[in-house]
Amino acid sequence: MKAGTKFALGAVLIVGSVGYLMASGIKQTGQYFLTPSELAQRVSADPSFYDLGLKVGARVVRGTVSKDVASQTMSFHITDGTVNYPVVYKGLPPDTFTDSAQVVVEGRLQRDGIIHATNVLAKCGSRYEAVPKA
Amino acid sequence: MPLLGTLALWLAFLVGLWGAITGFVGGAQNRADLQQSARHATFALLAALATAVISLEIAIFRHDFSVAYVAGRTSRNLPTFYLWSALYSGQEGSLLFWAAVLSLFAVLAQVLTSRRYRAFLPYVAGVTSLVATFFVGVMLFAPANPFTRLPFTPLDGSGMNPQLQNPGMVFHPPMLYLGYISITIPFAFAIAALLTKKLDTEWMVAVRKWTIVSWLFLSIGLLIGMWWAYVELGWGGYWAWDPVENAALLPWLVMTAFLHSVMIQEKRGMLKKWNLALILGAWVLSIFGTFLTRSGVIASVHSFTESPVGYYFLGFLLFAVAACTVLYVTRLPLLEAEATLESILSREASFLFNNLLLIGLAFSVLWGTMFPIISEAVKGVKITYGPPTFNFVNIPLGLVLLLVTGIGPLIAWRRASPSNLKRQFAVPVTVGVFALLILLVAGMRDVGALLAFSFGAFVSGTVTQEFARGARARHRQYGEPTWLAVFQLLSRNRRRYGGYIVHIGIVLLFMGFAGMAFKTETEATLRPGETAELRGRDGHVYSFTHLGISQYNTLNRYVTAALLEVKRDGKAIGRLRTEKRQHVDALGNKTFEPSTEVGIMSGLRVDLYVVLAGLVSGTEEAVFRFTINPLVWWVWFGGFVLVIGGLIVLWPGGAPLASGPRARSQAGYAVKLEPAQ
Repeated sequence: MKAGTKFALGAVLIVGSVGYLMASGIKQTGQYFLTPSELAQRVSADPSFYDLGLKVGARVVRGTVSKDVASQTMSFHITDGTVNYPVVYKGLPPDTFTDSAQVVVEGRLQRDGIIHATNVLAKCGSRYEAVPKA
Repeated sequence: MPLLGTLALWLAFLVGLWGAITGFVGGAQNRADLQQSARHATFALLAALATAVISLEIAIFRHDFSVAYVAGRTSRNLPTFYLWSALYSGQEGSLLFWAAVLSLFAVLAQVLTSRRYRAFLPYVAGVTSLVATFFVGVMLFAPANPFTRLPFTPLDGSGMNPQLQNPGMVFHPPMLYLGYISITIPFAFAIAALLTKKLDTEWMVAVRKWTIVSWLFLSIGLLIGMWWAYVELGWGGYWAWDPVENAALLPWLVMTAFLHSVMIQEKRGMLKKWNLALILGAWVLSIFGTFLTRSGVIASVHSFTESPVGYYFLGFLLFAVAACTVLYVTRLPLLEAEATLESILSREASFLFNNLLLIGLAFSVLWGTMFPIISEAVKGVKITYGPPTFNFVNIPLGLVLLLVTGIGPLIAWRRASPSNLKRQFAVPVTVGVFALLILLVAGMRDVGALLAFSFGAFVSGTVTQEFARGARARHRQYGEPTWLAVFQLLSRNRRRYGGYIVHIGIVLLFMGFAGMAFKTETEATLRPGETAELRGRDGHVYSFTHLGISQYNTLNRYVTAALLEVKRDGKAIGRLRTEKRQHVDALGNKTFEPSTEVGIMSGLRVDLYVVLAGLVSGTEEAVFRFTINPLVWWVWFGGFVLVIGGLIVLWPGGAPLASGPRARSQAGYAVKLEPAQ
């Protein structure tokens, strides 16, 4: 076999494994990123969306946040304006979490209709700008 | 001052346009007067942009809050140390900083390039002027003018985001920018070579140092960024596959590939098309990264607020890609290789595999960064490509790459003989296998970490063998003692041995990365006097005793600090302090969300990392997160070694650089392969 052919085989092997890793990586670790409305739609169409690891991007509903410091559990509601989901999260909220923050909730929607979060990310709408003075 | 700044921007715009036109036309028509004018235009551009930068800095230091940019990013009580960095902490200012630094590099390229490459310089002036003009144009027309004035003058500015108030802010963005921006110089030379059709290897020799400069700045910028994220953001890690981290990693990977594959072109006259594509690609990716940070298309901690600036960048990016592609395709016939691959067991082949892996890695990172957008466009639903996916794909690729790092230097150019292979591989492979066995016996079972450590040992074996053989040869030939021989190796052949030192740095980085497989974490709510315990994977039990809370005002913030007593296996080893900071303006009003100061006790084996998450209101009872991060220190040390290696490669002087046919006939490099027995 010529060196060029051997090299081509090696190259195909590398390119193939990169492609394979990316495809199976997404299959095994990729998650749906949905808004509350999309989630509601999908769950009603296909109940297998219950108890599936996913991320939901929404806004915290003002006045719904309650924290229990002793058990480090917090609960709040999120909404995209039309659909509203309660969230329970055991853990520490990020610095930027406020009661009206844009958040990404990572977790599972259980049959009880509550999203049990494993992680909460808060996005400051303008990260590098000061908050507007009220 | 703001007026002067705006005038300077307009001047820079016009001069830049002139430089671009005279550069390209002067080059094409071979008119000496225009070429001279293009060269002078780069000087004038630098003068104009330097004036603009100085005007902005004066406005910042004088607290001229009539300028929107100054009012929006600084305040009277901002520590002086951070005032200077306000220059690049926002969209408008960082565009100005970009353009100004580019104009500085453009002048350096004109002044420092040896006369041998004079034919390229008008085009280089043209390309650099064009790119700088684009940035100035965005400031003037997007508009993103840092000198825009407010209709009224506020009493105080709104301050700098507390997360930017870290020494990292003073060094990280400039380093990264220097790396990003300096890629424009090799790119400009590549365009010049394509336009002049002088596509031999000579121009690449001319730009090699520039690519090393960019690579080094990017490396430093990335490392400081990792350190900053680690000490400031408080989530316990240093790399999150954030889109903007990825955007900086992409050109770094491509340039690393180039720095290896360019050797093949120098020695063997192969891979001309590939190398040229890598340089063009690295620059396009650097502009792409700038686009990502500024457009708001992808959410990231780094993103500036959404603005029309993104569209300008997208347009410029598309134009640049189209122009490069056309130019590149029409010149392909001139880029035929002078030699072919002779054997799969050759330095060439191993470098090719290294390149494929690096580009594969770059592609997967690019794909992952864009995936949410792609999946939404194609399937109508956003699917995240988060850190787990990145790790799933990139850890295996990175490990194979680490392995190849050890293999490449061991294989001869052109064709390696079996006896030669045996002689070269015996020691390093033994070292690697030995390391693997020790770790297995010690009870390590994590596959990724096992491979990282044993491959790392293998690479270290390779590098040590290279140094030992070189030093022994010098010892025999010149009778130098070992230390002197090693020093002479480094100073005589900086590129090769400096490169090996970079490899050692990479090994140390991988050791540090692998350590993260063993991190342990716990959260606890403690009253003063109470203790939390956490067992680290280094076998020790660490205990943290909450000593109490102190609250006070300082400079521009209210601080809530917790003090903890730390013990290892019952023995006190020191105290840790972690803070919550609420930044305020001069009138005492709160600005920004509260931010966290992490308490870190760093050691060779583990880092103890404590975050104060909050207080139970009105009491001293506090919520903490304790993390034990093994081997993080080695990431910073590995980065340091890598930078030292890069500096050795870059240091001027040393043995004269061989290039052209003479060097190729010694296609040795292989001199190190003393005749096989």
